[in-house]
Amino acid sequence: MKYQIQLICICILTLSLNACMNTTPDNLRATGDMGVVIERATGQVQIVNHTSKTTLAHIDGLGDLSHASIVYSRDQRFAYVFGRDGGLTKIDILKDQIDKRIIQSGNSIGGAISQDGKLVAVSNYTPGGVKVFDADTLELIADISATKLLGHAKNKDGTTKRSKVVGLVDAPGQKFVFSLFDSDEIWVADFSKPQYHITKYTDIGRAPYDALISPDGRYYIAGLFGEDGMALIDLWHPENGVKHILKNYGKGDKKLPVYKMPHLEGWAMAGEFAFVPAVGQHKVLVINTRTWQQAGEIKVHGQPVFVMAQPDNRYVWVNFAFPRNDTIQIIDTQSNSLIKTLKPGKGVLHMEFTPRGEHVWMSVRDENIIQIYDTKQQQLLKQIPATHPSGIFFTNRAHQIGL
Amino acid sequence: MKLTFIGIFCCVFIVSNSVLANQNNVSKQRQKELFHIVKQDCGSCHGMTLKGGLGTAILPEDLKNKPIDFLTFTIINGRPGTAMPPWKEILTPIEAKWIAQELKKGTFK
Repeated sequence: MKYQIQLICICILTLSLNACMNTTPDNLRATGDMGVVIERATGQVQIVNHTSKTTLAHIDGLGDLSHASIVYSRDQRFAYVFGRDGGLTKIDILKDQIDKRIIQSGNSIGGAISQDGKLVAVSNYTPGGVKVFDADTLELIADISATKLLGHAKNKDGTTKRSKVVGLVDAPGQKFVFSLFDSDEIWVADFSKPQYHITKYTDIGRAPYDALISPDGRYYIAGLFGEDGMALIDLWHPENGVKHILKNYGKGDKKLPVYKMPHLEGWAMAGEFAFVPAVGQHKVLVINTRTWQQAGEIKVHGQPVFVMAQPDNRYVWVNFAFPRNDTIQIIDTQSNSLIKTLKPGKGVLHMEFTPRGEHVWMSVRDENIIQIYDTKQQQLLKQIPATHPSGIFFTNRAHQIGL
Repeated sequence: MKLTFIGIFCCVFIVSNSVLANQNNVSKQRQKELFHIVKQDCGSCHGMTLKGGLGTAILPEDLKNKPIDFLTFTIINGRPGTAMPPWKEILTPIEAKWIAQELKKGTFK
């Protein structure tokens, strides 16, 4: 009798242990088809699966997530969430829990992970600069202060203001590249040796507001708010310095008020043409990437925010700035013509394609939903509830330069 | 002649005051929309908590020395040479003034 009870106890214990653990053979979970969606108003993220198109978990306590973005560890297990309040949170998406969280500055805007996956860098507005952390422990490895702004008002604590840093990306050769909004610079930080080294490019053009790097990691391009054109660095030939491209663009055109700065993440390319959002105009620009001259322009519904190519580059999907942010337009990259206009609802903030591009997810902030479309027919397949969703980030970003 | 002039002036004064009084009432529904615009759309530069981003911090302590009329003017006309756009196509002056007042009170925190 005593042994029988013991046996039953052991059985119950084993069963309940099995039920608790995610890692039992029947319940293994891989992360290659997962993603994280920012729910910005509530400081939460949603962990999702894009094969089953379902929500797997919610994680809260991430602080101010307006404009938050994410990079992934190369094993695709950890998501690094860069919050607006300077929070850097490492989420374990296998265990649905926060692994580590630090507040590393007062006001930050995005981050990047190094080529070898060992360093995570964050770009900060206050105090202006870049901080680099050990990807495993989140211990500070380097604190790069941006250029001091001597003519400006001081910070609240009496210290001299430094330039805000934007457009931070990783580049091959264990480098981080970023732009300094207030001091008109681009810096390249090389972490390939124990002592890091910074190359500074000055007078690159007025007020770089965001930047992108080509998928091969060769070209870094910063959009300029303070003047027409963009600043380009060929990282294969850094000795050539910064080239000012598209500088005649916008001359003589009366610009519209810009209610939302475009994002330059994502490099929509088809053949030798790149598609980028125009600032303050209802246009997508087509650029010849051999000559860096404008090759055309496509009139669109509003001021574009994201101009993103499907993974096969056949179509480019565009969302728009307030007050026209209820619309998505799709451009055929062969004919440079609009093929479809969608009305997902108010506040379409971001899009993310599945790794091989059969579906696209989009966050519709004011409707509190994520919509999933097929990319061939552009038909709505499914909606997933989410609280004011903004950025959507799938784990395949782990293996893409610049994302 | 003089009396007529004063009379007209008074009438104009009274009428314009009453028009302003009416317009000062931003409806509850519109206040809700403006609240959303401030948090989400002003927030895209100034931060959703308004403590600053690419744009400056616009919390009550940051606006202490800025008169309501100055703030209203800035909202309506923008600040040339900076990223601050004119909002006159989206907002009426009365709505901008309501936002300026509420910014100083810290309503949107």
